[in-house]
Amino acid sequence: MSMKNFFSRFGPPLLGVLLSTAALMPLAHAQSPAPAIGVDAARHLLNRTGFAANDGEIRTFAALSRAEAADRLLETTRLEAAQKPPAWVNEAPIAPARLQAMTQEERMAELRRNVEHAFELREWWFREMLTTASPLTEKMTLFWHNHFATSQQKVRFTPLLYQQNVMLRRNALGNFGSMLRQVARDPAMLIYLDAANSRKEQPNENFAREVMELFTLGEGQYTEKDIKEAARAFTGWSVDRETGQYMFRRGIHDYGVKTVLGKTGNLDGDQVIDVLLRKPETALFLTRKLWREFISPLPDEAAVARLAAEFRDSGYNIAKVLRAMLVSDAFYAMENRATLIKSPVELVVGTMKQFEIDTPNKRPFVLASALLGQNVFAPPNVKGWPGGEAWINSATLLGRKQLIDRLFRNEDRMEVAMRNMDELAAMTGNPPPPGREGRQQRLMERQMGGIRWNLEKWAAGFVRDGRNAEGRESMTRVVLAMAPQSPPAATEKPADWARQLVTDPAYQLK
Amino acid sequence: MNRRHFLKTLGIAAGVPLSGSLHGVSWAASPATPPAGSPYGNLLILVELKGANDGLNSVIPFANPAYASLRPRIAIGRDQVLMLSEREGMHPSLKPLMALWEKKELAVVQGLGYPNPNLSHFRSIEIWDTASKSEEYLDAGWLARTFAQAPAPRHFAADGVVVGSSDMGPLSGQGVRTIALADTAQFLRTARLARPGADERNPALKHILAVEQEIIHAASKLNTNFTFKTEFPRSAFGNQVRTASQLVASKAGIATIRLTHNGYDTHANQLGTHANLLKDLAEGIAALQSALTELNAWQSTLVMTYAEFGRRPKENQSGGTDHGTANVHFVTGGRVKGGLYGEAPALDRLDGNGNLPFAVDFRSLYATVIDQWWRGDSSRVLGGKFASLDLLRA
Repeated sequence: MSMKNFFSRFGPPLLGVLLSTAALMPLAHAQSPAPAIGVDAARHLLNRTGFAANDGEIRTFAALSRAEAADRLLETTRLEAAQKPPAWVNEAPIAPARLQAMTQEERMAELRRNVEHAFELREWWFREMLTTASPLTEKMTLFWHNHFATSQQKVRFTPLLYQQNVMLRRNALGNFGSMLRQVARDPAMLIYLDAANSRKEQPNENFAREVMELFTLGEGQYTEKDIKEAARAFTGWSVDRETGQYMFRRGIHDYGVKTVLGKTGNLDGDQVIDVLLRKPETALFLTRKLWREFISPLPDEAAVARLAAEFRDSGYNIAKVLRAMLVSDAFYAMENRATLIKSPVELVVGTMKQFEIDTPNKRPFVLASALLGQNVFAPPNVKGWPGGEAWINSATLLGRKQLIDRLFRNEDRMEVAMRNMDELAAMTGNPPPPGREGRQQRLMERQMGGIRWNLEKWAAGFVRDGRNAEGRESMTRVVLAMAPQSPPAATEKPADWARQLVTDPAYQLK
Repeated sequence: MNRRHFLKTLGIAAGVPLSGSLHGVSWAASPATPPAGSPYGNLLILVELKGANDGLNSVIPFANPAYASLRPRIAIGRDQVLMLSEREGMHPSLKPLMALWEKKELAVVQGLGYPNPNLSHFRSIEIWDTASKSEEYLDAGWLARTFAQAPAPRHFAADGVVVGSSDMGPLSGQGVRTIALADTAQFLRTARLARPGADERNPALKHILAVEQEIIHAASKLNTNFTFKTEFPRSAFGNQVRTASQLVASKAGIATIRLTHNGYDTHANQLGTHANLLKDLAEGIAALQSALTELNAWQSTLVMTYAEFGRRPKENQSGGTDHGTANVHFVTGGRVKGGLYGEAPALDRLDGNGNLPFAVDFRSLYATVIDQWWRGDSSRVLGGKFASLDLLRA
């Protein structure tokens, strides 16, 4: 069925929902001259800016105008996570002297402890994504985590990754320039990009290269000479080994004259960042990336140019450029709906949230997301996850389907789904580690007994007064971003409609 | 209505056993084996040595005094190496490859690399995967470009199968039919979840549906019916070799298979680790040769190792080796002309970082595959002419 048919088919019920929601909120409706966005647009907005909205949230937003809806999302953003972090996040690193004295076994134990901590950190973030009052905050934190990719595989002290995550969240909808300056001083980043040991005698170019190529200008907008000069400016931006915090090491900083992108002087790192922020390419590069995250895979260059100019003129106010996108015609255009592929985190967290799957232990879901190609705090490389169509190949698509299938299969719910993690792991080419860690993982999976969800009850909520056809339709439009390839059969039970919808190819889209 | 269309309408294809678990097998009739005329009857098996194998300790220039002095702790002694010539010998763990060497079916290509080498894992493997220049960023892998220009016949199960990795490497890109799987039986069990569909306008959905269709199509061609006499090593790599052998036994039509052997980033205490890795690799390749010989397919198979770079000649402080440049790789198969190719490592001509100059551009290996093995046109794929290596028998 085509998209057009899908929406025309749903014409009359849409009007019904709209009218009933409007009746509940007469004030909002009366004061706003702009029309309410309606159910489908509300679903689109909430799914692009969050993780699979439920029926109630969609109805609330359906009654708002575009501007009201965007403002509502941006007013409720957070600066901090609500979930309590693990206790170890404030630990200081092991002093270099003690580290020296450690035996090989003690070092291995320490390494394992940090790997375990990284899992606890992921569980903490997943809990936050699932429970937060502002999914947009977490979406943007994830966006910046991908932009400023930093991996546990190199940063072997997990509190630094927590610290970076806190910093990214605090700035997620704030000022990009200010965030970039904090990123350039972020201990995890300094370690990840080899900047911590960059000294004037031998400047390391890694951070200088990535700050231009990946964080601001984009490829091809600078020369190798610019990188070498910028690397000199960032020398001495380092990490205190005792505290694990940023420190400026005067002795290894290059105080000489440098020329970066035509600007000459005794430049330091902040001044290089100033130069980068003044370049129009930076705003264009970031706006294109935001477009691909929120609107469509192929940015409209004319619209991007306008948005980028506003972004730059605002001094890089992220909330402002995002608001401009979220009220735009392009954002709501029918041809841009359902054109983005859900990331593994969006699929996993979205499914849990949508179907109200609750479990005290989030680790199986963290692992599922990792096995599908997105292990947060461990992006594949400095470029982050390529995303888009690269999320889907035959292995990851079958992995996604297998996870969904097991979650939704009638007879053997979650416990089975997660007990067979090994199998899923093998599929995606990341078999769980043998021995100790593997046993630990399998133990975790057995702990899944505490899971509670009731698909029948969830599905039955869509049927009012035995009107199956309407119920099926409204469930379909909540669960899918576009018409299914095969619509659920009329004769089935409501839980079966859900099972069919989540296995439809359209379920992979947002 | 023509026959093909008729079969499609029925949702079946002649010659393909119908399976109730598959949704609408919609491919036209196919012979059980690829026609002799298709150049893709010649199979390429790539083995990625992930993390970058230490070539200097794999094929050892024992006669060069610089070798032992650069590696006081980790050099392999002359008395231990498996002699290939008066100057070079293989690591003792590679013993299972000696049978291939003696049969003159093992080519050892030394000095592979490219100008302005990059020392980052991700960037350098991207260069090898996409066959780009050092400063050039290409989106598609070199095999993906090869198949996009000259696809394998439609009745093939796939252009390529990636075994044991979700990273498509050289098969990454548009216009290539690639299947990733870890185990054939498990792939067949899960393939029932794939759903066919059609949508021409939404590119994201179109991509998903194409992958669904690739899964359905491949699953209709693969089976695990063959029982091998060969014993496969009981390791992750051994399992990949078994899977690859099963894929060949399915006679499904597959032009290339990529395997990944993990763990070569040996920065510390590498002696024992590296010995185990090479043993696992060599046993796996020997099992592959044995299994494919059982299937009468060794003559039509070319096996080739590759990695992002070589490792630095001088050992580091931790008894390991850091990222380097030029490297040695192995090419074997029933029609390979065994022997030494390229140039021995120029340990007296290290660059400012202590790394080796390269002697043979890695794209020459790819040109050999495209031009000689598949009778294609490598200059279109590789963006220039690279000389083939003369390592294949007609």
